[in-house]
Amino acid sequence: MTAAVDIAELDLFYGAFHALKRVNLAIEPRKITALIGPSGCGKSTLLRVLNRMNDLIPGCRIAGTVRLEGRDIYAPNVDVCALRKKVGMVFQRPNPFPLSIRDNVTFGLRVAGLSDSQALDAMAEKSLKAAWLWEQVRDKLDSLATALPLDQQQRLCVARLLAVEPEVILMDEPCSALDPISTAKIEELMLALCEHYTIVIVTHNMQQAARISDSSAYMLLGEMVEFGETPQVFENPKDKRTEDYITGRFG
Amino acid sequence: MRNTGERIVQNALMLVAFSALASLLLIAVFIFKEGLPFLLRTGLRDFLLSSDWRPQEGHFGIYPMIVSSLWVTFGAMLVGAPLGIACAIFLNEFVPKSVMRVTKPTIELLAGIPSVVYGFIGVIVVAPLIRSHLGGPGLSVLCAAVILGIMILPTVISISVDAIGSVPNSYREGALALGATRWQSVHMVVLKAARSGIVAGVILGMGRAIGETMAVIMVAGNSVKIPHSALDSVRTLTANIALEMGYATGQHRQALFATGIVLFVFIMILNSLAMAAMKKSVK
Ligand SMILES: Nc1ncnc2c1ncn2[C@@H]1O[C@H](COP(=O)(O)OP(=O)(O)OP(=O)(O)O)[C@@H](O)[C@H]1O
Ligand SMILES: [Mg+2]
Repeated sequence: MTAAVDIAELDLFYGAFHALKRVNLAIEPRKITALIGPSGCGKSTLLRVLNRMNDLIPGCRIAGTVRLEGRDIYAPNVDVCALRKKVGMVFQRPNPFPLSIRDNVTFGLRVAGLSDSQALDAMAEKSLKAAWLWEQVRDKLDSLATALPLDQQQRLCVARLLAVEPEVILMDEPCSALDPISTAKIEELMLALCEHYTIVIVTHNMQQAARISDSSAYMLLGEMVEFGETPQVFENPKDKRTEDYITGRFG
Repeated sequence: MRNTGERIVQNALMLVAFSALASLLLIAVFIFKEGLPFLLRTGLRDFLLSSDWRPQEGHFGIYPMIVSSLWVTFGAMLVGAPLGIACAIFLNEFVPKSVMRVTKPTIELLAGIPSVVYGFIGVIVVAPLIRSHLGGPGLSVLCAAVILGIMILPTVISISVDAIGSVPNSYREGALALGATRWQSVHMVVLKAARSGIVAGVILGMGRAIGETMAVIMVAGNSVKIPHSALDSVRTLTANIALEMGYATGQHRQALFATGIVLFVFIMILNSLAMAAMKKSVK
């Protein structure tokens, strides 16, 4: 099977700081890939390489290639806005816009130039249903999104991604601001979504990675130490450093 | 020993603080004491809605001045608000933070330029330009609007910059991550989030514009009439008080104080609106 995202020999520098070192990673389509590792090892950085959010950071340079479905996303003629529609991102803290629920969900579509309100409403409903939020918000689509409970805010952020029909969904510790019950809901949602989407998730929660991911990548100080099927990485790590980390975190 | 010292300092500070408050209060009381009896005698309607201002003959209608003040202020907002907001957006969103650190204090420094200097520039530069290119006397609603529009820039810019700057970065990131361009993220999300703060800045600027006196006297032309075009010369409420207070006596003097009450009310309303808007943005 060809990889959805293929990272080859990737180096990333924040100014003089070498944040990612010769990273290689092939992310399979319609699977959940977990990025794990200690704080500051470069998980978020790697995630933000995939939708080019690092472009916003002054002094950030990369070398190497990153391919999305075979096409180099750092080639000079790439439309970054179009790329970010294909590779969506859910952030650590839910960040719905201070607009109505409807305007949040349709944001990506409106940005893309769609203005037909019927089409927008239809997409809003479809996306909210896919994010399991429709029942909770169907009667208050015009109320402020930032007034929702946190877990619903996070699912709204998922819904607003789904509306632009991405191929890859990046999630940077999407549950770290949520309680265990809400976390379980998001995890379940991810498992359902991975039928149609390629999901990459950063998590500090080993149990979570073990529960939901198909493949896991262990990173340390900017290096990709180990990458493989999740059961193998967790039960049978090839690298001593992975083993130490995982036993430490589980123990 | 130490305790006595502290108490003296504390009491002294309290005295100073209270005298500051008291003097403000006294000014307000004084204006109302001088103006209110006149207002009650003449009747609000005759005072506010009559166009007949002939103090020597006992006719005190400030309607032309009210209209002029409103036009000049409105014009100043047309000039100052878009410029100020655009400048605030540019400084926050499109230039490096280091530029902002230099530019913002510089702009705030503009607030310290004495208004007579702005008026001077209006007389020397703006009015002749208007006279030769658009006609009319030059000293006009338009000239006053341009000068006041520039004078309120520091207020509008510095409050808008703070409002836009306090919009969490996560909103911008969220918008960009959904494929928005920089400008889309600004006008579809950031400005909406900062809206009440920006409105507060504009309203405070408006308060400054309506209360400004010196510059307006210099550039508005000061004829008492209802303007028919932006090129007409006008006299604002503030200018009227300043120009006539020197020689006014009796009824006339009281009428000027009553004009002060009208201004006072205008500005109180504007400031409460601004405060309400700010409070909303803090939430
Ligand atoms: N904008 C930046 N400028 C300079 N250095 C940065 C920047 N962002 C991150 N770094 C550095 O790059 C390294 C990797 O950061 P990153 O945020 O990717 O780590 P992480 O694995 O996501 O950590 P965490 O688990 O705490 O989120 C860290 O050492 C960090 O200090
Ligand atoms: Mg991180």
